[in-house]
Amino acid sequence: MIRFSLLQFRGQAITALAALLVAALVLVVTGAHLDYLFDVSGLAACHSAAGCPALAGQLLEKVRGYSPFQLLYWAGLYLVYVVPALVGTFWGAPLIAREIEAGTFRVAWTQSVSRTRWLVVKLALGGLASMAAAGLLSLMVTWWASRVDPLDPFGMNRLQPAMFGARGIVPIGYAAFAFALGVTAGMLIRNTVPAMAVTLVAFTAVEGAVIAWIRLHLIRPVHAVMPLNLATVQDVGNNVGAPASNGLFVSAPVAEPSGWVYSSQVLNAGGHTSLGPEPHACSSGGPWQSCLTALGKLHLRQAVTYQPTSHYWPLQWAETSLFLALAMLLAGFCFAWTRRRLTG
Amino acid sequence: MTAILEAAGLGKRYGRRWALRDCTLAIPAGRVVGLVGPNGAGKTTLLSLAIGLLTPTAGSISVLGGRPGGPSQMARAGFVAQDTPLYRRLRVGDHLRAGAWLNPRWDAERAWQRIEQVGLDPRQRAGSLSGGQQAQLALTMALAKRPELLLMDEPVASLDPLARREFLQGLMEAVAEHGTSVVLSSHLIADIERVCDYLIVLTGSRIRVAGEVSELLAEHHQLSGPRRDPDTLPAGQEVITESHTDRQSTLLIRTSAAVLDPAWTVRPVSMEDLVLAYMSRADDAPSARTALGVIS
Amino acid sequence: MIEFQLDETSGVATYLQLVQQVHQALRMGLLRPGDQLPTAQQVVAKLAINPNTVLKAYRDLERDGLVRARPGRGTFVTGSLTGDPAVQTRFLATMTDWLRAARAAGLGLDDIEAIYRTALRDSFSEGVA
Repeated sequence: MIRFSLLQFRGQAITALAALLVAALVLVVTGAHLDYLFDVSGLAACHSAAGCPALAGQLLEKVRGYSPFQLLYWAGLYLVYVVPALVGTFWGAPLIAREIEAGTFRVAWTQSVSRTRWLVVKLALGGLASMAAAGLLSLMVTWWASRVDPLDPFGMNRLQPAMFGARGIVPIGYAAFAFALGVTAGMLIRNTVPAMAVTLVAFTAVEGAVIAWIRLHLIRPVHAVMPLNLATVQDVGNNVGAPASNGLFVSAPVAEPSGWVYSSQVLNAGGHTSLGPEPHACSSGGPWQSCLTALGKLHLRQAVTYQPTSHYWPLQWAETSLFLALAMLLAGFCFAWTRRRLTG
Repeated sequence: MTAILEAAGLGKRYGRRWALRDCTLAIPAGRVVGLVGPNGAGKTTLLSLAIGLLTPTAGSISVLGGRPGGPSQMARAGFVAQDTPLYRRLRVGDHLRAGAWLNPRWDAERAWQRIEQVGLDPRQRAGSLSGGQQAQLALTMALAKRPELLLMDEPVASLDPLARREFLQGLMEAVAEHGTSVVLSSHLIADIERVCDYLIVLTGSRIRVAGEVSELLAEHHQLSGPRRDPDTLPAGQEVITESHTDRQSTLLIRTSAAVLDPAWTVRPVSMEDLVLAYMSRADDAPSARTALGVIS
Repeated sequence: MIEFQLDETSGVATYLQLVQQVHQALRMGLLRPGDQLPTAQQVVAKLAINPNTVLKAYRDLERDGLVRARPGRGTFVTGSLTGDPAVQTRFLATMTDWLRAARAAGLGLDDIEAIYRTALRDSFSEGVA
């Protein structure tokens, strides 16, 4: 059954390998140049990009000047997101649907192999191949961007929603889930093209839901309360509709360079959200510095809810496990369905 | 001889429609069984139930002494579906290799020998074969499994006469050589007449008649004579079809005894007449007497 | 080796046609004692008929003492069927007279053939009813 499954998978495997090979070549060649730029920048001697901002800035300039860089950076990002959807649509959906449409299930299921064994092998092979394809691509792109990512080239860091799913091991989970989703859709819909469409839509919806809501709750974020850093204060005023005695409004966005901030809130010295009256130095239209000085006397604090950089790998594992678990659930459903209900 | 296929009250329902109903059979081994009926009568359903692609809604069916779809049954029964589906992108040789991988009882030598005999190119993709060649490949795959029972759903329906003849030649040769039992569905009575020695007529989801061809032909007669009310016939003579003019009656009857009434002109019935008679019987007629029991 | 033909339109049962063809071959001297009949496999590979039909024909022939089945080796001719020449001549004469009378009455070749086939069929299947 394994050899037969490989035989049927031949064409798809060749396509995937060829695409991966092309990607590898491009990334290796350009990645070597990025490595060279990093080596001559002198940043290697620094602990982190934050330690040598001048050198980091110079490197970033050079990298941006390297013409294929932007294109490849974004292409890599999109590709790692897109490949799991592709394997789900093109490898998963046709797995059962194609056999039903072409009538070949009447050949496959009347050999001496049970339907369950047939499905186990095909799911395992396709699932592993999907995970390998997505994993290899993610590995290559992550390696390629590894010199540049810490510099936040486009104001994104790897924990933030836009980039989180395009690096690391999470694409492996996405691919396994997309594949299982495709197989399930094909099995229920029994027609390849509609199944492919449904797979694409459903996968995007689930991934979107995870990114927007579920990821927030996968790992408990850190709640930190620290003294308000006056250098980050952007705006001071009075809350609309609030009494003058208690309407101070301070806006101080938190930039946690390599973390993911959920929310932040300015608190008074006792830890409460009502800050008291706006200082005269701020409302009177005087110089900004005296306003800041007045604020400083209030000993304001700031509460931040965020995922620090140390949570990166735990979060990656958590999300990957979530999608792998979903994939397993779908696989189990497929077994139950084909064994009992799927009729010719 | 043991029964190779037994069914008791077998039925299959889709929603509200019964595709097959009240099916009771006991087919002895070593026969080439013809399953005749119009399209939509339930032939495909019966064959699919026998090979385990479907599960019954009512009643039971056992094949080769066990449940269809069980591991022993799957290894010893072969199936050729309607329009002989094959993997279009795989080559002829790939199909044979796949057969070897998927079947423990595969006879590779027999398979390759047959491919050569039939003139197929192992490197050709199955999708580019002619209809007759595809049927031969499907037959080869089913036969190389060394099945004790071969179930075939209208395998020759869409073939030209020459391809049809070649297919049946190959099939009969395999039956002669290995004693394989065959259940073959068709709506072409001429083919059935040629190769089958056991007949099942299936119309309107029910079995109308089933039995050995020689016995059925011996038991059915065409009577013609002066106008007569069929109810006046002696017991034991079952009227299958009747037609009357004002002067004359023509009946097709079934009886195990001799017809002694001298008023009748008695003629034998051809298989085609027999099949047509049962197929034209009213749909709400009760299922006729089925198998004559297991023949030893 | 004898090669069988099948006439689907004749209304004669297949196994009987095979028996008749063996009889014919024996009479004509095409088959002699010791000759081997084709195996069931060979016959059905050409005619696409049920092997049991062939076996039934061979059993009939064996019962009549004309052939003998040797397991593992094949079926061989053992008897001969030279009919009594006198009987054959007598019936040939009767038939010739009949034909002359029929043609004089205006019957053409097709009429005569129709009559012949009907009589033949009725005669050989009469025992069934």
